[in-house]
Amino acid sequence: MSASCLRTAVLAALFGLAAGAHAQSLTIALASEPTAIDPHYHQATPNNAMASQIFETLVAQDAKMSLIPGLATSWKTLDDTTWEFKLRDAKFSNGQPLTPQDVIFTFCRAMNNEEAIAGSYAAVVQKFADVQAVDAHTLRIKTLKPYPLLANDLTRTGILWSGIVEHGPIVFDLDKKCGVTGAWPKVADFNNGKNAIGTGPYKLKSYVKGTGIELERNDGYWGDKPEWRHVRFVPVPNAGPRLTGLLAGDFDVIESPAARDVQRIKSTPGFGYVVTPSVRVVYFQFDVGRDASPLVKADNGKNPLQDVRVRRAISMAIDRKTIVDRIMDGMATPANQFLPDGMFGTLPHPPQLKYDPEGARKLLAEAGYPNGFELTLSSTNDRYINDGQITQAVAQYLSRVGIKTHVDAMTRSVYFPKRAKREFSFAMGGWSSETGEASSFLQYWVTSFAPELGMGTSNYGRYSNPELDRIFRQAVTTVDDAKREKLLQQALTLTLADLPSIPLHYESSIWAFRKGLTYEGRADQYTLASSVKSAR
Amino acid sequence: MVLFTLRRFIQSLFVLLAVSVVVFFAVYAVGDPIELLVSPEATMEARAATIARLGLDQPIWQQYFTFLWRALHGDLGTSFVHGIPAIELIVQRIPATFELVVVAITLTCVIGIPLGLVAGLYRDRPLGRGIMATSVLGFSLPNFWQGMMLILLFAVWLGWLPASGRGDTVSVLGVPLSILTADGWAHVAMPAVNLALANIALVLRLTATGVSEAQSQEYVKFARAKGVRPGRIVRRHILRNILIPVVTVVGMEFGSLIAYSTITETVFAWPGMGKLLIDSVYQLDRPVVVAYVMLVTLIFVIVNFIVDIMYAALDPRVQLVAPAQ
Repeated sequence: MSASCLRTAVLAALFGLAAGAHAQSLTIALASEPTAIDPHYHQATPNNAMASQIFETLVAQDAKMSLIPGLATSWKTLDDTTWEFKLRDAKFSNGQPLTPQDVIFTFCRAMNNEEAIAGSYAAVVQKFADVQAVDAHTLRIKTLKPYPLLANDLTRTGILWSGIVEHGPIVFDLDKKCGVTGAWPKVADFNNGKNAIGTGPYKLKSYVKGTGIELERNDGYWGDKPEWRHVRFVPVPNAGPRLTGLLAGDFDVIESPAARDVQRIKSTPGFGYVVTPSVRVVYFQFDVGRDASPLVKADNGKNPLQDVRVRRAISMAIDRKTIVDRIMDGMATPANQFLPDGMFGTLPHPPQLKYDPEGARKLLAEAGYPNGFELTLSSTNDRYINDGQITQAVAQYLSRVGIKTHVDAMTRSVYFPKRAKREFSFAMGGWSSETGEASSFLQYWVTSFAPELGMGTSNYGRYSNPELDRIFRQAVTTVDDAKREKLLQQALTLTLADLPSIPLHYESSIWAFRKGLTYEGRADQYTLASSVKSAR
Repeated sequence: MVLFTLRRFIQSLFVLLAVSVVVFFAVYAVGDPIELLVSPEATMEARAATIARLGLDQPIWQQYFTFLWRALHGDLGTSFVHGIPAIELIVQRIPATFELVVVAITLTCVIGIPLGLVAGLYRDRPLGRGIMATSVLGFSLPNFWQGMMLILLFAVWLGWLPASGRGDTVSVLGVPLSILTADGWAHVAMPAVNLALANIALVLRLTATGVSEAQSQEYVKFARAKGVRPGRIVRRHILRNILIPVVTVVGMEFGSLIAYSTITETVFAWPGMGKLLIDSVYQLDRPVVVAYVMLVTLIFVIVNFIVDIMYAALDPRVQLVAPAQ
């Protein structure tokens, strides 16, 4: 075939395709690209969001992160360590029916994914004593210890088809590889589509790193049929080009346009946007565990951050509402605790963290620092929305009550390793609770540093309160929801009295789209094709 | 010629070695990638297992020698973030970048050299002055801003061209190329112009200066006195003599556009290598950064080699022998 002939053929094919598919195809620009299609590779929001469209989980979360049935139609606890899940009549994208063996195989694979980054998916399965298929639709999981968050944690384990490897009868026996005789599937086998067989609303068509991910509707999907036949996700990490791409008509939906550009989208006819509060809280953590902290200097030679009055004074000195209005352009909500009000385990009426500079000055004087002290605020400048500016603003508020402040904002690849080495005294953090309930922030940021128990691993300030630890440990082994909620609230009350960290605000997520579409924003910040609907 | 090639080859091995040392240790100095990769939710054993698997528990010099040993066996390491070989990650991106740069460099030569010639030959007339004055713009516009303006004009207001991304590709011998489709050309047009503008200005001014200098040379005066036709003087006597600096600059620009057209690739969301480098630096994905810089060094070495051969072709006085020490 000659070159011109080829070109004509290609063009004809293109236009034919474009004309037929236009109404049902959708292009979405992502701010950050998933690093793999493998649902058990890296515990990160873009990865989990992409995987959830291809591989479903036993338990799912709705837009507000409440638990809803996924591949399990219902679940209940038989006793403190036994859970029973009823499986749905679902089919994989290759037409094979879902069986309990597929679920058991999935658990085994999560334990045997050598390439996974820090085995975050294995952490769930490690808590299992046994998994039994009672009948073709019933699965029983026995846990080693009471594990109340099992259903929450299963919202991120994408279920695989057991046929992707050679195997004999599949039973939950990790020592015997659960009956798998072939080699465990590799990350690359998912990226190239070979093993990307799930029950989800979409099938993987192609995945080219840096260029885009193409999905195709799974017509055998058990649930509501998605509206879009072809979906293309394009990674555009920079906010400017993402917005111009939307305005130029290249994209139908874009993830997180810059807050400052929302006015522009509002004033341009033909485009819309949605702002949804997320569970991501932004805060500062105090270094309270050391008598001499590297970036704080007081006349009396002590570490003033060890005094709860100083911590409270610093919190009172900050005007959260103004930060939200001026710096965040209203695209955030001032925070009084570490997870938005109304979520499981949060306080129904948290004490208000009011702006009170006079009170702050008094408290500082009472604590023995009438002339303040010197403090460096450390933060990222490219991780959280407007993080550098927020730190500047907080520094100015602290200066107003007499604390001499310096700001050190740096790129995340420098910041996070330094923070882990405890080189900071007053350091910014951000946390998004993937379980949608209060225990995760407390577990990693507040309880005493005990990595062997998986607790306090982000407690860089080394705050330690035995009373709080005791209540918390009791909470995470209490299966009864009502009792657990009480215990979590108690732990949270103690945290807010001691303030080892001070919350600033919850970030909002923004999506913008062309006219004729609507987007249901999600608290977990997932960007999903099935959340895009034609406006009626 | 053979000796020249051999010497060049040995020299470049040393250059590559030096570059690998500098980059390897520089990325190490920035920070520990584990803090960016592993979530605080991971258990202690899982974290330790990941550190061991990536080899980050070894002392840095040992990590370097492991890297060197594997590199000698053709393995430049596996990306920390993506879990696939670094070189594979880079090679996936090469066709997109190469295509973009070839179009940009072609534009540079096709527009820059003739305009420079005109500007040099007519440097005292309004035409020549006009060209020279306009070319200043090519330098002074910031790349990022210029790209956004192109997008606003041609994509948002006029709606003629797509704002970002790469168009449909056709596989030629397994290499996906977009410059064989109409959609591909529509996509490559703006980023290529954005890359080319500053280079056009550079080549234009270089040519113009060369031309006006050459015009007052004895050999040009002599040719003119001999009655050689003006067209032939320009082609045979002027152009050929001024091309050496132009070829050098175009060669260097070719290399640096391949490696570092990051800004243009970011503005137009072009899935090329420059974007990969930036992303990898942010994530401290050391294997990718090191492999990238080494590959780029190799490209520069090759480009320089080709430039040297072109010197010899353009100027018979140039001999391809390495100077004897």
